[in-house]
Amino acid sequence: MGRHTPLFSLHQELGARLVDFGGWDMPVQYSSQIGEHHAVRRASGVFDVSHMCVVDLRGDRVRPFLEYLIANDAGKLREPGKALYSCMLNESGGVIDDLIVYYLGEEWFRMVVNAGTRDKDLAWIREHATGFGVGVEERADLAMLAIQGPEARAKFAKLLTPAGAQAALALDTFFGRDIDGWFIARTGYTGEDGFEVMLPARDAVRVWQDLNALGVASCGLGARDTLRLEAGMNLYGNDMDETTHPLESGLAWTVAFEPASRNFIGRRALEDIKRKGSERKLVGLLLEDRGVLRSHQKVIVPGVGEGEVTSGTFSPTLERSIALARVPQATGEKVQVDVRGQLLNARVVRPPFVRFGKPCIQLHAASMRARTRKALPGGRHPPPPALPVSGRREGAAPRIAARHCPNALGRESTR
Amino acid sequence: MSNVPADLKYTRTHEWVRALPDGLVEVGITDHAQHALGDLVFVEVPEPGRQVAPGEPVAVVESVKAASDVYSPLAGEVAERNEQLATTPELINQDPFGAGWMMRIRPANAAVLSELMGAPEYEALLQAEGA
Repeated sequence: MGRHTPLFSLHQELGARLVDFGGWDMPVQYSSQIGEHHAVRRASGVFDVSHMCVVDLRGDRVRPFLEYLIANDAGKLREPGKALYSCMLNESGGVIDDLIVYYLGEEWFRMVVNAGTRDKDLAWIREHATGFGVGVEERADLAMLAIQGPEARAKFAKLLTPAGAQAALALDTFFGRDIDGWFIARTGYTGEDGFEVMLPARDAVRVWQDLNALGVASCGLGARDTLRLEAGMNLYGNDMDETTHPLESGLAWTVAFEPASRNFIGRRALEDIKRKGSERKLVGLLLEDRGVLRSHQKVIVPGVGEGEVTSGTFSPTLERSIALARVPQATGEKVQVDVRGQLLNARVVRPPFVRFGKPCIQLHAASMRARTRKALPGGRHPPPPALPVSGRREGAAPRIAARHCPNALGRESTR
Repeated sequence: MSNVPADLKYTRTHEWVRALPDGLVEVGITDHAQHALGDLVFVEVPEPGRQVAPGEPVAVVESVKAASDVYSPLAGEVAERNEQLATTPELINQDPFGAGWMMRIRPANAAVLSELMGAPEYEALLQAEGA
């Protein structure tokens, strides 16, 4: 039996299918994963993300500590409540975790890290905090809900006092603050607008039920995964880990090399890689043939080399299979993916695939039905596990609301 | 609770088998299997004419979450496949024992049908698996 969030019993009552997720028994879906996905794209949904780890960092040298600890520059955090997405690296530039840090006061920052990496993260943070005299406190007393979708903010605001609602609805993207005793942030991991709310564990069940009564759908981690992948957001453990660096993980935008005087863990290694040029890159794939891309499938780049799918799924919004894949730097627009021994055609596209309910990439509808599969020499690869399949890869999810999406509101062509 | 029709035969890998009047057997996946897989988004069924062996992976069902093999319950030749599943894989979720059938096989030896599990045995298996 895994660990339980304060909402565990409610998930059971609601008929959720529970799976192990980073050591926690979490709801993967309530009724239909696709239905929950569409609820968030079209209206609103609520996710239990209490398994994620909230850490408060306090001390008069907490800012210099963060400037050293993480690859993005905590020096950018000047306005109270401002959030920053960053990787935490090891000395060789590998990603220990990705996280969000909130600036709550000059002596108080709050960090949210992944569930599956909690223990190693806390050990790493504590090890480095000592020299800065920074206190590290895990906030296990807090539950965390993500309320996401075009109607999410307005629905959630109904649970607040009039003054609280006004303050919550006035929050800018990627800001959070204490409102009516809850920490409310305009962040998320779905590519939709919404809030992530940290609240005392005893409030969690009531808030969830009140949201359901307002028509906010209960959503599981299955929908969370398809939503984040459509939004082009990385999942720790799939798309990056300690063996990969941000520059080959689509995360170069989160590494602040300026100011040059800031020494952060992993900087030297990343500068070497940057000077030589990263050999690989993370790209989006849109499957042009019928089938479903999955993590670990081999990507063949004709005349260039090979890569690997890091996250793949069926996109409920596009009704096509999409993926993130790590491929050689010279990869062009056309690749093939080995899907159980068959080579399927995929097109390299720039994520996000979907933002604010709208496709961001061009679908060539005409090619959808084309079946141009060829058998691989050597025949079938080892078959996937027998029915029924349960469980997911370990490694939980971070949450990013408004990572820049240059094409956020409209469509874009692939390049 | 899963639906387990009394008139069908079952496998340990959650396929169902229906004997048809013309001597063919119809094969699909059970209500329990479709429920465990979740929303199906892609189904690959074998070409007619293919020879299949018992326990051989012959079809693939993919949900949003994962891909799974479907195994042939017996030896024989694929006579027909459900072409509708190519465009509407959700038929398996909606009607696993009816419109969601996957293939029809001409058995090499129809007598082996009696060796497959009946509904009470399959229900016991589901119970043992904690379903």
